[in-house]
Amino acid sequence: MYRSHILVCGGTGCHSSRSAEIVEKMQEELAAVGLTDEVQVVQTGCFGLCALGPIVIVYPEGAFYSHITPEDVKEIVDEHLLKGRIVKRLLYQETLDGDNIKSLNETSFYNKQKRIALRNCGVINPESIDEYIGTDGYLALAKVLTEMTPDDVIDVMLKSGLRGRGGAGFPTGMKWNFAKAQPKGQKYVCCNADEGDPGAFMDRSILEGDPHAVLEAMAIAGYTIGANQGYIYVRAEYPIAVKRLQIAINQAREYGLLGKNILNTGFDFDIDLRLGAGAFVCGEETALMTSIEGNRGEPRPRPPFPAVKGLFGKPTILNNVETYANVPRIILNGADWFRSMGTEKSTGTKVFALGGKIKNTGLVEVPMGTTMREIIEDIGGGAPSGKKVKAAQTGGPSGGCIPADLFDTPVDFESLQAIGSMMGSGGLVVMDEDNCMVDIAKFFLDFTVGESCGKCAPCRIGTRRIYEILTKITEGEAEMEDLDTLKELCMHVKQNSLCALGQTAPNPVLSTMQYFMDEYIAHVRDKKCPTGVCQKLLQYVIIPEKCTGCTLCKRNCPVEAIDGKVKEKHTIDTSKCIKCGVCMEKCRFGAIIKQ
Amino acid sequence: MSSQTTAAVFTGTAEQKEALMALIDEHRGQPGALMPVLQKAQDIYGYLPIEVQNAIAEGLGISLAEVYGVVTFYAQFSLNPKGKYVIGVCMGTACYVKNAQAVLDRCKKELNIEVGECTPDGLFSIQDTRCLGCCGLAPVMMINDDVYGRLVPDDIPGILAKYQQQ
Repeated sequence: MYRSHILVCGGTGCHSSRSAEIVEKMQEELAAVGLTDEVQVVQTGCFGLCALGPIVIVYPEGAFYSHITPEDVKEIVDEHLLKGRIVKRLLYQETLDGDNIKSLNETSFYNKQKRIALRNCGVINPESIDEYIGTDGYLALAKVLTEMTPDDVIDVMLKSGLRGRGGAGFPTGMKWNFAKAQPKGQKYVCCNADEGDPGAFMDRSILEGDPHAVLEAMAIAGYTIGANQGYIYVRAEYPIAVKRLQIAINQAREYGLLGKNILNTGFDFDIDLRLGAGAFVCGEETALMTSIEGNRGEPRPRPPFPAVKGLFGKPTILNNVETYANVPRIILNGADWFRSMGTEKSTGTKVFALGGKIKNTGLVEVPMGTTMREIIEDIGGGAPSGKKVKAAQTGGPSGGCIPADLFDTPVDFESLQAIGSMMGSGGLVVMDEDNCMVDIAKFFLDFTVGESCGKCAPCRIGTRRIYEILTKITEGEAEMEDLDTLKELCMHVKQNSLCALGQTAPNPVLSTMQYFMDEYIAHVRDKKCPTGVCQKLLQYVIIPEKCTGCTLCKRNCPVEAIDGKVKEKHTIDTSKCIKCGVCMEKCRFGAIIKQ
Repeated sequence: MSSQTTAAVFTGTAEQKEALMALIDEHRGQPGALMPVLQKAQDIYGYLPIEVQNAIAEGLGISLAEVYGVVTFYAQFSLNPKGKYVIGVCMGTACYVKNAQAVLDRCKKELNIEVGECTPDGLFSIQDTRCLGCCGLAPVMMINDDVYGRLVPDDIPGILAKYQQQ
């Protein structure tokens, strides 16, 4: 028994700010004062509040230390662990309530959250199967194998209303039922951990913080549909997740929880890893399977659906990481418990990755139906600079931009679709008044042009043409009728593309056109970018009142676009100016502005 | 998508060849072996020149066209040698809205190379990468396996200097 536990976040965010060094230093310092037997140091998965990393929590007090550096470790050990005095200077200030410290669950970041998929992230050591078992891990698998028939499992899954967390929101129970209904024989269970949506990192955190939950759920799925082999397709860009998954698989095999004759029930199931190689389209289910087969990751037409003819032509189910992470809890606590959270059609919780212009960047898990405003303002703390939040982007390159006046929309599959966006995998990037919405649309199209696999013409050619029109707009060369062409083209690409990548690629354009048409018109008609982001539409001008005639700008201009004599007001010839910004950088009097 | 041709002259060693052959033997006959073999072959050589693709095609009994097709499809595979330190500036949405472009531009300016190029001393190459999943620390870049977050362009010279001294 240890008297204290020190949890150090080992998620990717904190890891990059030297959390591994903190663990080492912590152990050294504890040894130096002879506390090694009394205090245990645990490296956990992500706590979610990445903005404050690296994070260290000391129990039983629950002291939440933020922005810790290896240099702070000695003070925590000497003061807190040796003398019992909490180091208030290093605490997350919101947990400080006068002289007392508040529990983490009372802070505004955590108090509206309900953590089910993330329940073990930041709580257990992900590299220890014993800690997972200690929190009821593999109990759901045991229950399924010993007390439930495959039909019972499907019944619970259907009643729970769990829908796929990867984006489309297809009912998980139905998917499993289709695969189960196929004749007996070779079947596969796959996990989609190819989290390619820019701005989403919940799957990464679950794999890094609670890998066994995914393995357990896959084994349950295998038992249900009659499969004995699973594959996890994980991005190679996630080295820590890959390492921890491999450790988890090895441990589960050692404990007889994967492999032959699991828990002496005669059920065989094993899991192998397959690494992605950097292709966004491989997040699409049929493309992912083609990639596991060792080919170019191109999607196939559906039907046949994977449940009928999937990996290697055999019946296959594919679910996303977050979906799987919910499964063991649903089995243990029942469908009614899960239904008690969320809305009628979107049950349970959803994890969102908060990023962009927001104070508390990180991962939050809230019941479905929570409003965008609660997530962005109450939990996320709004924009850090005090600037006005303009929009939030959900669903990555497949989703749309939601304007701030629609922030009272509840977050569930149907509501988001109704306003032209989608749930997607849960990335939520906040934008403020400095972000140009046309530029954002162009950014996403640049992404889809590069990631289109090229198999079907509407997506391969259509996305490129959309990108070209957007480029024309941001460079001030578009006419008003281009906006009509753009809209029409978007509809064609949406309706005629083979897979979801092309079908959803125009969404960022359509949604920004719907809500921010004024910005498009400003670019096209007035040849102005209201936010000053689009370089080609910028003009550098000298404010005569502030110019002292020092000639510094003139001497530094690479194209001799500035005219003026010593001690006289200077001017910029905009026809010659290449908008490099050197003059503005050099001016000592703030006399040059861009507009 | 990666560049379609290899510019550098192939200089593989006997040890590398031996490691490659052992790798191919280990995976021969397995379903879906090509991807894992290519990934590990790239670890051995640092890139996938036509000579290596040829050996893999022959070893696994797949046509060279198919191997080349897969290599050029995935962004992770490279037909050209990379620098000793690969700088990947994240261009995911969260980083983009926090001005990752300025970070990338500064890297290019400091090293005087473009994206996809390698410095003449072979020390650095620059890539613009897809989302690295560290959105909480945006803007982010990676140099090999080290992640640097909350960057401003003025951080870049100091970070690069650390690697130049090594």
